[in-house]
Amino acid sequence: MNAKAVGFEMNKPVLAVEGLTVSFDGFKAVDNLNLYLDRNEVRVVIGPNGAGKTTVLDLICGKTRATAGSIRFKDQELTRLPEYKIVRAGVGRKFQNPSIYENLSVFENLEMSYPGGRKVLGALLFKRSAAVVQRVEQVAEEIFLAQWLHTEAGLLSHGQKQWLEIGMLLMQDPELLMLDEPVAGMSVNERAQTAELLGRISQNRSVLVIEHDMEFVKSIAHKVTVLHQGKVLAEGSMEAVQSNPKVIEVYLGH
Amino acid sequence: MMTVLDKYLGGRQGTLGLLVLALLVLVVFPLVLDAFRLNMVGKYLTYAFVAVGLVLCWGYGGILSLGQGVFFGLGGYCMAMFLKLEASDPLSTKIQTTPGIPDFMDWNQITELPAMWQPFHSFGFTVAAVVGVPVVLAWVIGLALFKRRVGDVYFSIVTQAIALILTVLIVGQQGLTGGVNGITDLKTLLGWDIRTDQAKYLLYFANAGLLLGCIVLGKFILASKLGRLLLAMRDKEERVRFSGYDVSSFKVFVFCLAAAFSAIGGAMFTLQVGFMSPSFVGIVPSIEMVIFAAVGGRLSLLGAVYGTLLVNFGKTYFSESFPELWLYLMGGLFIVVVMYLPNGLAGVWAKHGPRLWAWRRARAAKAAALEVQP
Repeated sequence: MNAKAVGFEMNKPVLAVEGLTVSFDGFKAVDNLNLYLDRNEVRVVIGPNGAGKTTVLDLICGKTRATAGSIRFKDQELTRLPEYKIVRAGVGRKFQNPSIYENLSVFENLEMSYPGGRKVLGALLFKRSAAVVQRVEQVAEEIFLAQWLHTEAGLLSHGQKQWLEIGMLLMQDPELLMLDEPVAGMSVNERAQTAELLGRISQNRSVLVIEHDMEFVKSIAHKVTVLHQGKVLAEGSMEAVQSNPKVIEVYLGH
Repeated sequence: MMTVLDKYLGGRQGTLGLLVLALLVLVVFPLVLDAFRLNMVGKYLTYAFVAVGLVLCWGYGGILSLGQGVFFGLGGYCMAMFLKLEASDPLSTKIQTTPGIPDFMDWNQITELPAMWQPFHSFGFTVAAVVGVPVVLAWVIGLALFKRRVGDVYFSIVTQAIALILTVLIVGQQGLTGGVNGITDLKTLLGWDIRTDQAKYLLYFANAGLLLGCIVLGKFILASKLGRLLLAMRDKEERVRFSGYDVSSFKVFVFCLAAAFSAIGGAMFTLQVGFMSPSFVGIVPSIEMVIFAAVGGRLSLLGAVYGTLLVNFGKTYFSESFPELWLYLMGGLFIVVVMYLPNGLAGVWAKHGPRLWAWRRARAAKAAALEVQP
């Protein structure tokens, strides 16, 4: 119901990051950053190592606390919220290294992220209802793991683990999906499948991706933001960014 | 019915394991041991409450508390205060300067029952306090530390410090607590003499029943989503946190639960042994209890009970025969378990138990085949 309400005001960004700054012992990893993300948008953040890409995701999901600035998500300020409330507000985050529960099955991994039984008592009394099973199967289908439901997650290939973690986020049906290097360690085929997956799941939500693989970036990005030394160096379509002399200098000079 | 068993008791094997343990403590021990030895086993089983709590909190929750003696002691002290008040009626304390107060208070020139002791006239309050006081303390410690993400070694050190502080406090406040001697000379529970053999038998069974109850509750929790969450948190805490869970609340819960189990053990200890003293509160007993759980297997609720029994049988045997060697042996045992048997005896059983069964079954089949042949 919320999705429709926002749909009337498409111009308003889902995520508005303004003046975001974080300094670690005086070193500004992110420096007065502004970033706006629309609904249904797939945004890719690129930049050389140490540009502050992962730190930006850390700041949005609450893993790192901002020194200054604001992060507004659907008119809710995130900078002061504890991590689990940011998740419940609708922000999902995939980590750089696949972070899954290796000794649980694919099914149990997905079930763990089901938004139910999230409190102590709720978890004690949580039942694997038909709705839960249906949702797990539906997500497993989406992430190409339908036949692997009862496999121990630790036995999956690296690429499948990446998908599984994306699936775990999908279980929560987040409105903002943040993916840190989702195709790292994937084969060419898996990359193509992932691009297709991202195109599908970006419907009705916003996706923020960090990626180094330029071919992959081209295939998914609506818009690209280039970070350099914690600041936005350039923003726009892939072509515009690639022909930007400042960007070329940073990448070649690196 | 079968599905209920499967779900809550760990399937056929889990149920069987529980039945074997129940048979051992409820039937075998009472039949083969005399009253004195049985009382001793009863005492060991009160430590098993702590070990079972540690399986949940340390084995599954990844929270290594080196201060479980605090909760064992608090539960025991609450019970001891009630029993002491009952033993200190004006008639039996009439030779004191102030009759009607516990003897050690009289020795410390205290002339009036302190306010802290007043509510322990009520049995209902005492039962609530046995569990309530330790759980509230665990809740406060847990909230203060887990919300601030104090974990791992730092948490263990803090719990150890708390064990030390509480010991010093109890020893120092002699007039309030009986000091280093503890609270002794406990006689009756609601008029029922707890020193007779018959009472000791009854208390033994009550204790064993409560322990089995705690194990069943533990199994229920581990079979629920909460159990899977604990494991998930232990291995990938960040992932759980960023899946929308307030990780600290689950840690606080399991820490409080372990405290409640320990406290019940402590209260049953006081009832069966007839006293409570600071020597069950401090660092050494707290670490001993971790060793019980480690030897039995920190991932096995049943293993923790066997570990506790075995280490304590060993302790009794060795400290009767070679008193000065026991501490070295205990230390050595812990090192061996940590280095070679990370999952304790339960781990050894899980690895070799099925093979033993298979071998026996194969032998039985062979024997049957031979019989069939003419």
